[in-house]
Amino acid sequence: MSTVGTAGTPVAGTRGSRGAGASLALHATLIVASVIAVFPVAWLVLTSIKPRDAWQSTTVELFNHPSLDNYTQVLGQTAFPRWLFNSLLVAAMTTVMGVVLSATTGYAVSRFRFPGFRSIMWMLLITQMFPVAILIVPIYNLMAGLGLINQFPGLVIAYLTSTIPFCAWMMKGYFDTVPVEIDEAGRVDGLTPFGTFWRLILPLSKPGLAVAGFYSFITAWAEVAYATAFMTGDDKYTLAVGIGQFVGQHKAEWGLLTASSVLIAIPAAVVFLLVQRNIVTGLTAGATKS
Amino acid sequence: MATQVVDGPAAGGTARGRIRHPRPEGGTGRLSRHWYAWAMCAPVVVVTLVLIGYPLVRGIYLSLTDATEANMGRTIGMNTIPSTYEFVGLSNYFSIVSSAEFLSRLAWTVTWTVVCVALHFGIGLGLALLLNRPMRFRSLYRMMLVLPWAVPAFVSAFIWRYLLNGEFGVVNAMLRAAGFAGLDWLDDPFWAKVSVITVNVWLGVPFMMLALLGGLQAIPRELYEAAEVDGATPWQRFRHITLPGLRPVSSTVVLLGTIWTFNQFPVIYLVTRGGPGGSSEILVTYAYRQAFEGIRNYSGSAAWGVLILALLVVMAVVYRRALRKQGEAW
Repeated sequence: MSTVGTAGTPVAGTRGSRGAGASLALHATLIVASVIAVFPVAWLVLTSIKPRDAWQSTTVELFNHPSLDNYTQVLGQTAFPRWLFNSLLVAAMTTVMGVVLSATTGYAVSRFRFPGFRSIMWMLLITQMFPVAILIVPIYNLMAGLGLINQFPGLVIAYLTSTIPFCAWMMKGYFDTVPVEIDEAGRVDGLTPFGTFWRLILPLSKPGLAVAGFYSFITAWAEVAYATAFMTGDDKYTLAVGIGQFVGQHKAEWGLLTASSVLIAIPAAVVFLLVQRNIVTGLTAGATKS
Repeated sequence: MATQVVDGPAAGGTARGRIRHPRPEGGTGRLSRHWYAWAMCAPVVVVTLVLIGYPLVRGIYLSLTDATEANMGRTIGMNTIPSTYEFVGLSNYFSIVSSAEFLSRLAWTVTWTVVCVALHFGIGLGLALLLNRPMRFRSLYRMMLVLPWAVPAFVSAFIWRYLLNGEFGVVNAMLRAAGFAGLDWLDDPFWAKVSVITVNVWLGVPFMMLALLGGLQAIPRELYEAAEVDGATPWQRFRHITLPGLRPVSSTVVLLGTIWTFNQFPVIYLVTRGGPGGSSEILVTYAYRQAFEGIRNYSGSAAWGVLILALLVVMAVVYRRALRKQGEAW
């Protein structure tokens, strides 16, 4: 990578121009920052393709007999596939229910000013900041009463408490960006408010729905506290709990852990990079436009 | 219109039963104007009340009792053991607030939150300013810098625990290669705190950077051009155009960042496990440990939870009020 680039494409005005020194400093800073951002992930990948015990190295070595042994080990001889399936199942259920339930609320608080509007906005904001510690014991007892401990529906219900307020908030932000004129046109053509929402706004909001869905999915995919407390059986673990077993108190298998981390992180990262622009817009739009 | 109130019963569940019985004299009253908005909010309100409201009330109740794992009612096989815990009023709260543990956890949690959010915001803003200029490899830099956010947090926590491992971690290996002695990153109270802050900053900067970059791009270029014509220095342009222009975005991300950091569970729980000796435990992980480790202290944990929530609510109210003074409010 050539670091000593000359100033980028010239733009109108004087601010676009900068000297070679400033350019060098700019690129140097960004390269250092990028290295810090990428290094841990790169090291994860490098460790995962070393032999199983090579993590016990006290020196810096980038490569050491690269192979995919850790991966075949993880996929073939541990419960990883089972945990992967569990995580996918829980995350999919959380996503579908979260998006379905929160979309209408997002629309209502985006379009209508009604008595109770402010209470609902407050409710959405405050429930987002509920610490896990206050809800987890009552939810645990509630689930225990219903026989849902160590069951997937119990975990999904627990996740919905954190995804629904957030998705509704994010959907509001997205619906705010859809022009109100579309609603008005639908209304003029005789659609009810629900009809407008269902036939006009929802089809236009697929990107917003996708982002809310993605958020729910990632939340459920990466949650640790509820999963640790609720899932007691080895066969019911989700990934976040399961892979922790590789590096328990008594034996550490960082080779296996790194390989499974790569398997978990790659799909999440690819999808994430595709939708992240929308996530940020959704998050900040909800609060800034009203 | 009134014939379409099919969602009436659902709306009734929102504790707004009165809207189902509009007074006949107010034909164009609140119901006919607002029923659809209420009906559309009903699913979320019902779910929130059942899944958050009930546990919250129950949690507050538990915090006023002496419930632990030992005296909680449970069913073992065919036998049902009734609960024997008792109402003890505010004594859980008194014992928490007067304990040294609470003050030291609170002090560390506040330090943790302030340091993390300040670094998130500062570094995020710096990088956003750098990325907000025309240059080569811009999208490449952007993609690399976003990477920490793209990796699930629990995976990152495990990565860092390995990187910071005292014996085999690459950080110490690099320090040793450079001729320094390795540090006990995770086993020394001070360095454990530095470690968890580092990990959380690494995780949190990309979000701030992207949000602020979006904010920067929304500031009209004409403002900068006009300022330049008037002879404003770069610092003056930053101070009087960039910062005010970013305020809507930054107020939101700072609030979100504060809440997230305050409640940041996986980083502490997975990187240091709260250790060594509980020194890097924040309020949330401490309360969790009380509820699910050793003899489960349900009431104590619930009381901690209520205190944490109270702190957050107060903070959000103060913050919203500050924003409303500046004329941004809903």
